[in-house]
Amino acid sequence: MAEALLEIRDLKIEATSYPPGERPRDVVLVDGVSLTLQKGRVLGLIGESGAGKSTIGLSAMAYGRGGVRLTGGTIRLRGDEIRTASAAGLRAIRGQRVTYVAQSAAAAFNPAKKLMEQVIETTLLHGLASRTEAEARAVALFAKLGLPNPDTFGQRFPHQVSGGQLQRAMTAMALCPKPDLVIFDEPTTALDVTTQIDVLAAIKEAIRDTGVGALYITHDLAVVAQVSDDIMVLRHGKMVEYGSVDQIINAPREAYTQALISVRQMEHPEKPAEAPVVLSVGQVTARYRGTHFDVLKNVSVDLRAGQTLAVVGESGSGKSTLARAITGLLPPRSGTIRFAGRELSRDLAGRSKDDLRELQMIYQMADVAMNPRHTVGQIIGRPLEFYFGLKGAAKQTRIQQLLDEIEMGRGFADRYPAELSGGQKQRVCIARALAAKPRLIICDEVTSALDPLVADGILKLLLDLQKVEGVAYLFITHDLATVKAIADSIAVMYRGAVVRYGAKSDVLAPPYDDYTDLLLSSVPEMRLGWLEEVIASRRMESAGN
Amino acid sequence: MRRIPLSALIGLVITAAYLLAALFAPLIAPYGMADVVGGVWEPSSSQFWLGTDGIGRDVLTRMIYGGQTTIAVALAATILSFTTGSILGFTAAVVGGWVDQLLSRFIDLVMAIPTLIFALVVLSVMPVTMLTLILVMGLLDSTRVFRLARAVAVDIAVMDYVEAARLRGERRGWIIFREILPNALSPLVAEMGMRFIFQVLFISTLSFLGLGVQPPLADWGGIVKENKDGIVYGIPAALYPAIAIATLAISVNLVADWILNRTTSLKGGRNG
Repeated sequence: MAEALLEIRDLKIEATSYPPGERPRDVVLVDGVSLTLQKGRVLGLIGESGAGKSTIGLSAMAYGRGGVRLTGGTIRLRGDEIRTASAAGLRAIRGQRVTYVAQSAAAAFNPAKKLMEQVIETTLLHGLASRTEAEARAVALFAKLGLPNPDTFGQRFPHQVSGGQLQRAMTAMALCPKPDLVIFDEPTTALDVTTQIDVLAAIKEAIRDTGVGALYITHDLAVVAQVSDDIMVLRHGKMVEYGSVDQIINAPREAYTQALISVRQMEHPEKPAEAPVVLSVGQVTARYRGTHFDVLKNVSVDLRAGQTLAVVGESGSGKSTLARAITGLLPPRSGTIRFAGRELSRDLAGRSKDDLRELQMIYQMADVAMNPRHTVGQIIGRPLEFYFGLKGAAKQTRIQQLLDEIEMGRGFADRYPAELSGGQKQRVCIARALAAKPRLIICDEVTSALDPLVADGILKLLLDLQKVEGVAYLFITHDLATVKAIADSIAVMYRGAVVRYGAKSDVLAPPYDDYTDLLLSSVPEMRLGWLEEVIASRRMESAGN
Repeated sequence: MRRIPLSALIGLVITAAYLLAALFAPLIAPYGMADVVGGVWEPSSSQFWLGTDGIGRDVLTRMIYGGQTTIAVALAATILSFTTGSILGFTAAVVGGWVDQLLSRFIDLVMAIPTLIFALVVLSVMPVTMLTLILVMGLLDSTRVFRLARAVAVDIAVMDYVEAARLRGERRGWIIFREILPNALSPLVAEMGMRFIFQVLFISTLSFLGLGVQPPLADWGGIVKENKDGIVYGIPAALYPAIAIATLAISVNLVADWILNRTTSLKGGRNG
């Protein structure tokens, strides 16, 4: 067998952690990981946040981010040891033999330079080609990656192209120096589902045509199943399972892998449309101040007491704006919002304390939804004090009750948000909303920032709480698996308007309108060959193109 | 108190020494504040550690009493400027709209006039008392605090937790003092050390020009003024206030840095 392109043996990676108030200590990020990658193959690295997947990916160019040290093992690139290579030796490897595609293309491109300049920069820097040659190479790559007008695409600035196109431009940048190995670090995570497909297909084709080896890092098993040949499952910096795509997806051996695969398969039986309507949005049109464009166009939806309405759409579809209109943060220009039998004032200032109390909100980023200088007890206690005038022991008892409800044990009340995990933070936000005894909670992408297993836990908690408290949810999300798991009725939004609305069983059953079809078919499925099927059978171009 | 870094320790010791000296001036000072006790510009001796000044007063005594006045005025002005500046700045950021515009443009207007000239004009038409001094210095400096406080608060006011408080129906006071202030404290504290020193320099400048603290009361700027002619004859009396201001400036900022580091830890600022 030919010499392996990349061979990592017993890799150990450490970093120094600085916990507040304690002495700095060394922590092991990656321990005893070994992998082999042949030329032209794609290895998927998968795991939750903190699993060490990006750290391992970057180690393939002997790089440690922000104080991360590669302390043990060997990293061989075509037989050359690179972990202990000199700075000059590394410079020759990075950007030439090994290149990198980052998650956020928008943050990775220099907004002041044209795309072409940036795409061919490393190629020129390493003296791999003349400027004309490099530009020709880039144009060919643009064409291969399905970018519009490949000849002139490079003359645009980063802000002039869409997110999906920018991600493909970065792929072109990585492939331009004709590297041996490309590291893809969550290249599609920040994209909408319908755009993700195009980028995935483009990346897959480009890898196949150029014959490079690739490390594909992601947290989404369904995505990695489409592009990889082999998969390594990681957890807490250790290898859990390593095998071919077929074996991992169809016959996972480890319990953790099985859990990752069965995630997002939660189903929730739809409730009958019998309960009284608690929220009724009628013909609401809204625009942001100083603009001349309606971001919500005649939106009408109803939500029944104790049920869940999922508002689905891609970024820019107006789903979060709908939440702002309902909460009164963005007063609508026309239309009515009726809540619990009364008409709500358009702006926040005109609403009674009871209006505010009965309509609570949970945010996507739990970190910034809680004041970092308040303890969990203060955060949950404030609504109790504010709405019900609870004080002293009565308040403490209620705080503990709420903490029990969100399945967090004793001793959390005195902690600060920074001392909690992502899932715990979101639970505290849920408790804060519940403390007001609301009729309706607006959940704005509450599981999007969480790891799949943690997100599942939050969804289960929300469903359980709905049974106990009888609270209704307006659930804003871009993720259809989440919708299936939690919704009773669904509103699909596209460019500020509701294009499809009804009970879950109706919305998710054919015949579909074109947009819903696109959206539904774009959700990655955990089986091999899905990507090709979808691309072949699409009726509508995605918005990102 | 956990381990205190050496730099902060030095800062703390020197600052504390100045503060204690200022606080207990009558007990420490070897002579009375305005007593003529020796000849004109006598050199350092065991009797007069720092020598005597232009009319025969003990310079060490004058320095100690001068520190008392200078630090007290500067401290009061700093506190005034931080309370007005940050409350107005936070209000502008939270309320926004025309209130913000009005306040911000008014502050721009005041800032467009050089501070020293502004102060000189005001002090020349008003009776120069401690109170007017503190008011003029504090209010003029609050424009700078306003700028900082507003900038910091604008960033915080868009955070989801502030929005959550607004959706809860919280009053403006709660949002300013309970949601924004604790998170804006770190940059403000760091700035406070800086502004305090500028106030020390400002009061010294005013006194040097004769519009600040009035004789026979001692203050550091006044000591320079009274002894500046001595420099020509190699009398160092006018240089002692400069040394005092420099050491105080450095040590106060060492302390401010340390407090900043302590409070930026996002655990509620109680850990080191």
